[in-house]
Amino acid sequence: MEKLWLIIQREYKTRVFNKKFFLITILTPLLIAALSTVLAFIISYQSDDKMKIAIVDESNIFQKTIKDTKKMYFTFYSKSAKDARQTYLKDGFDALVIVPPFSDPNSTSHSIQYVSKKQININIENTIERTFSKRIEDYKIKSLGLDENLIKNLEVDISINPEISVTDGKNIASTNYSNLRTAVASGIGGIMGFLMYLILFINGSNVMRSVMEEKTNRIVEVMISSVKPMQLMLGKIIAVTAVGITQIIIWIAIFLLATTVFQLFVDIPQPTDLEEMKKAGSSIDPDDIRVMMSQLMHELTQIEWWYLLPMFILYFLGGLIIYSSLFAAVGSAVGDDIQEGQSLVLPITIPIILAFYIMTVAVRDPDSPLALWSSIFPLFSPIVMPARLAFSPPIWQVLLSVFLLILGVWFFVWLSGRIYRVGILMYGKKASFKELGKWIFYKE
Amino acid sequence: MNILSVQNVVKQYANHTAVDHISFDIPSGTIFGLLGPNGAGKTSLIRIITCITKADVGQILFNGTPLNINTPSEIGYMPEERGLYKKMKVGEHLIYLARLKGLSVTEAKAKVGNWLEKFDITSWWNKKIEELSKGMSQKIQFIATVVHEPKLVILDEPFSGLDPINSLLIQDEIIKMQQNGTSIIFSTHRMEQVEEMCHNIVLINKGKNILSGEVNQIRQDFKQNAFRVDFAQEIPESILQENGVIKKNNNTIQITQNDLVTMNRWLAEKIQNGNPITGFKEILPTIGEIFIKQVEENNIITE
Repeated sequence: MEKLWLIIQREYKTRVFNKKFFLITILTPLLIAALSTVLAFIISYQSDDKMKIAIVDESNIFQKTIKDTKKMYFTFYSKSAKDARQTYLKDGFDALVIVPPFSDPNSTSHSIQYVSKKQININIENTIERTFSKRIEDYKIKSLGLDENLIKNLEVDISINPEISVTDGKNIASTNYSNLRTAVASGIGGIMGFLMYLILFINGSNVMRSVMEEKTNRIVEVMISSVKPMQLMLGKIIAVTAVGITQIIIWIAIFLLATTVFQLFVDIPQPTDLEEMKKAGSSIDPDDIRVMMSQLMHELTQIEWWYLLPMFILYFLGGLIIYSSLFAAVGSAVGDDIQEGQSLVLPITIPIILAFYIMTVAVRDPDSPLALWSSIFPLFSPIVMPARLAFSPPIWQVLLSVFLLILGVWFFVWLSGRIYRVGILMYGKKASFKELGKWIFYKE
Repeated sequence: MNILSVQNVVKQYANHTAVDHISFDIPSGTIFGLLGPNGAGKTSLIRIITCITKADVGQILFNGTPLNINTPSEIGYMPEERGLYKKMKVGEHLIYLARLKGLSVTEAKAKVGNWLEKFDITSWWNKKIEELSKGMSQKIQFIATVVHEPKLVILDEPFSGLDPINSLLIQDEIIKMQQNGTSIIFSTHRMEQVEEMCHNIVLINKGKNILSGEVNQIRQDFKQNAFRVDFAQEIPESILQENGVIKKNNNTIQITQNDLVTMNRWLAEKIQNGNPITGFKEILPTIGEIFIKQVEENNIITE
């Protein structure tokens, strides 16, 4: 026991007290933040080239008024289509739009000619379509003699008010909750699953490398003349799990710090203030970022953290222990041949990646059979179950999942230990899966 | 009293028998040579003694009791392929290994300090292992092996990679430890060192014990009654023509006789005949010669 403790201490210290750890731990969230900003920017990117567009209105329905957009300036061109084609470039226009005569107001499809030096792009196409179809619609309403107000009344906007209702035959117990709750639950589930995935990969491969290193530079033989191989492996796994928890704590601290700083600079109204503002009759813009933040904060306080947090930690521990022991077993079998290692690592990385994708599905549909059974199977549950927990799955599923997780921890640590104790002393032997299978049943 | 008594030990792996019914004893406080060609089963045997693996059959008594959970802390083992954690500092690494052998923090610190002083390398305390040269880390490895003052020290090729000066330094320490009552197992291919340092040896080949006993006795057992005779002047042609005489140089011959008595008679005769003799020595086979001969014979028999 004392030796195990010594090993844990050393393994923990060598991982945490070095520059690389702090770089990875602090830079990872920053990198993710930076990456998502860049991605958001790229997706929302629009060129800010301004375009001057000439319009030849053969239909005569626009009456020389088309509103300019941010990037397109429209000018009515009093030339025939034929002349315009020849002169629009000379007159300083970038493109020419020709609207043909418009005869039948009952027709629903219309075509417009677009003339330019360059091929049309999707942005221009969308803008022109939007601008002109609105105007043609207005024209049709008028020319068909429709009542504008009646048409406005056709617009439908549905908002769903969700309510959970349980009945025991006599009484009905109902609770209302906001739409935001589902979004928040999905968000938390997704973030938890993603963190788990990240930490499994970072620390799992770390365990494997450290086992390979010990084996290649032969310190392992000195070590196991003092301690049992199982002690050495357990020490490593426990230390790495502790490292993972340290990382999570640092990330949570960074997150709390960031939100505190954010709140200092941005004045977020209390939910009660919002209610009062509503009563006082002042309008609340639901798109206002401060209002959204306020509602989000409110939803976050509504979450049952006292239940979720311990469960997260439980799955976190279980997942890290299972996967780092598997990585340790592979590391012991590989030795210094990284190439050979790849084929052995694959069967461990596949369930992690699968679980990650199932998690993204589970966040959207937490009660689907796929989500349900994956959250019970111990190789998937550490990533999938945290994503479902915020949706309060039935208690029997949680209990079964936890039970199998604990069983899984015991089983995979035992299995890996059997492979590890043989693997670390085996040199120059190519380790196939068949070989690993044999090692499990070797006597000491 | 034997520090170690190996009794009929067998260790089988999937497709071969690494250790095949081996028995020998190691008297307390002696230096013992564990010899054998590559792949003979030495490492397998050492791993059983150090409790890394278990024997399938047979037993090993350590200081009179079967190997048990406390044995590893009484043994210091330096494997042939050595390694240390590269990122650790010398002092912290040695303390870590000492504590894993059961020393307390203060004990470990004091003993590590003593050893570094003994080798005059106290300035290395805060050096990282990766900064050390091969010979330097070899020294650290040696300290790690003996720092907890084990009753039995097992050294697998302890001098490989060391320059003559450091080799001598370690050799001296080994002899000092032996004089203080520590028992030492030497596994090596350097036969001259075996002859120089070991009291007893066991020679194993293909997992089998093919020769064991006291070094001097074994050399006696394998002697072929060959002698070296130095003459004061040039050797007469008549002597060189005799049976069993090999000319070494102008003044020296090697001669093989049936036994010492016949040899002495031969000497007396030559001296009487007026051939002054300045030197006479029995030639004993070296352990190296015996090793090669025995292994080759054994291989022929088993093939």
